[in-house]
Amino acid sequence: MYISFSDRRGGVTAPPKSAAKVSSVVISLGVVSMLTDISSESVAAILPLYITGVIGLSTVAYGFIDGLYQGISAFVRIAGGWAADHGDQPKWIAFFGYGVSAIARIGLLFAAGFGTLVGVLALDRLGKGVRTAPRDALIVASSDPDNLGRSFGVHRMLDTVGAAVGPLLAFVILFFIPDGYSTIFVVSLAFAILGVAILGIVVPNTRPRAERAAVAADPRAPARFRWRQLTDPRLRRLLLCAGLLGMLTIGDGFIYLVLQSRGAFAAAWFPLLYVGTNVAFLLLAIPLGRLSDRFGRGRVFIIGHVALLAAYISAALPVSGPLVTILCLVLLGTFYAATDGILAALASQCAPEEARASGIAAAQTVVALTRLIASTGFGLLWFSLGRENAMLVAAAALALVIPVAAILLRGVVSRQPAR
Amino acid sequence: MTARQRVWLVTIIGILLLSGAAGYGIVAWAEHRARASGPSEVESVVTDARPAGARVVFRNTALGAGYGLVASVPLSDPTAARSLTDLACDRVYATDALQSCLHIDRGVVTTFNGTLSDASGRETRSWPLAGVPSRTRISADSSLIAATSFVTGESYATVGFSTLTTISATDGSQDYGNLEDFALFVDDLRITAADRNVWGVTFSDDDNTFYATAASNNQTWLVRGDLAARTLTAIRDTAECPSLSPDGGRIAYKKEVSGAATPQWSIAVLDLATGTETMLPEKRNVDDQVVWLDDDTILYGLGRDGTVGDSDVWAVSAHGEAEPELYLAHAWSPSVVR
Repeated sequence: MYISFSDRRGGVTAPPKSAAKVSSVVISLGVVSMLTDISSESVAAILPLYITGVIGLSTVAYGFIDGLYQGISAFVRIAGGWAADHGDQPKWIAFFGYGVSAIARIGLLFAAGFGTLVGVLALDRLGKGVRTAPRDALIVASSDPDNLGRSFGVHRMLDTVGAAVGPLLAFVILFFIPDGYSTIFVVSLAFAILGVAILGIVVPNTRPRAERAAVAADPRAPARFRWRQLTDPRLRRLLLCAGLLGMLTIGDGFIYLVLQSRGAFAAAWFPLLYVGTNVAFLLLAIPLGRLSDRFGRGRVFIIGHVALLAAYISAALPVSGPLVTILCLVLLGTFYAATDGILAALASQCAPEEARASGIAAAQTVVALTRLIASTGFGLLWFSLGRENAMLVAAAALALVIPVAAILLRGVVSRQPAR
Repeated sequence: MTARQRVWLVTIIGILLLSGAAGYGIVAWAEHRARASGPSEVESVVTDARPAGARVVFRNTALGAGYGLVASVPLSDPTAARSLTDLACDRVYATDALQSCLHIDRGVVTTFNGTLSDASGRETRSWPLAGVPSRTRISADSSLIAATSFVTGESYATVGFSTLTTISATDGSQDYGNLEDFALFVDDLRITAADRNVWGVTFSDDDNTFYATAASNNQTWLVRGDLAARTLTAIRDTAECPSLSPDGGRIAYKKEVSGAATPQWSIAVLDLATGTETMLPEKRNVDDQVVWLDDDTILYGLGRDGTVGDSDVWAVSAHGEAEPELYLAHAWSPSVVR
């Protein structure tokens, strides 16, 4: 077993919590994320229809700009983490991020052309980039360190419920009102504002540094955020590990395309395969989060990548059919459930309290950027080797890297926390 | 504020916001119902049998009853009352023997599909599409069918919004698969970049040669395809959605002229023998795969300003001599059955 982190500055974090329960703050943050995801995913799901059907443009043009925004999003993510640590106000930085996205929804109501639409979507992504790390830092600050995996599990479960409900809601609206895009935008705006309102009104402004200073024996020397705190060797190892694995995490889209090319079942349900992944993700988020608290977060993180490896293999195997497709989606959902929130939990353990949001942001940025590289590189393999062979090469590389990552992570979580 | 008061406050805000959104939706739904059940904006007759003879087949976009259904008018009199079938299509193409229909199946789970039907309206084939319908064509002898759809339904847009174009024999005897798997050559160099996309097929008469758009790295090419050799060879750059003239000597396509992030497409006609490109005098942004009404005239759809989901079909001289004229109001996706 990995050493528990309960010894880490025990008892200095915010209000007393029952060890068995998840803080109401975490649940509130989960509801905020759920509402925001309903808001953003309902629009994202119908965007191709809207661009082709209403604005009257090929969606291809959108793909060209998409990569750029991924880069911007990674950059502001770091900025959001830094701002949250520097000002010791993670709630209000997250509030700003959610608010920017909500304002973007108002813009959507008036976006007439492709240019304005792209601008509105860019604003939405900026907001998403800013809010993620401060929000995850708030989850850490409101959770018992022993139950961190479970807290993130609850949050990601609620978050993914929103991601699954959003598209369904949008398609129900289009079913009743075939040209009801403005209705979708209004509904999306309502959910976004409600999410921001709950965050602003219900979620307390946990200030990790100020609270620690208040409890600390020597209040004259409250810890300040310094970049140096991000050079903790454990954080560096975690970033290296996450980066290595991220380099071999190809986009879901590729896996869906392989499935689609192999079987009639996956082809018929192609536009909905991501819903299957999301359902598996939301069902497994809490069980895997709890498992990570008992069995070790690093181990579950590695197991998640083993599930990803199995997903690659199941997609590339020369057998197809509904069962293989469903198995592959369940494995992908397992991968997200075992890695998405767990990574934030791991990062928070490897950075001191004063640099928590920055540490989380750094890990998430590394993953986002390396996955972007992975998808680009895999695209090249895809065309030079063919679908299945490219998938098998990616699987082989992942199979080699997983043990290396496991050894690296072992060092991260078995050493004493930094002082 | 106490915790209890805070919860009450957000509950009230939530009820106000969601009931406001629901109210907006109900009003929009009622308006839609009133429009859809109202009389059509154009004169039309409902037919069971598919009309015969030379005709223009299109998607009827006149608001009211019959919206979205496949309709046709006689080639000799496009202003005549349109014959409506009961088939709804988002993109349609017809020959004298077959009709290809790309369709969005709306519902809680929205899917996309393509169907082929024969002259009697009986469905002969159907297949799922990867996303929103884009283009479809049938060869003049009705032996080959091409369909392009966008690839949608990825929550993590890593593949981007790409297209998927397939060609197969209409009788189901041969499937040429995804055109991205064909070898693409530009200036004798093979392009293997990951972001290759192929869309907008037009067939020649020999059942082997076709033309299409290939794209990679923000560039587009007009390519000549060879089904037997499984190759695509670029013959000109900056050309999309080609359409071969009935005499086989010229190709009309949309050409990106803005050079900016927001595209602006004009129509150009390329003479295959001389390599001369003629820009047509249409100033508006044409995002369509044009069709040839005859060897001298090109038809294309344009969105109708101010009306979501409505469009008109315009006609312009293929020689670039005259200004465009309205050909068919409230119509989209025209094809000419001779």
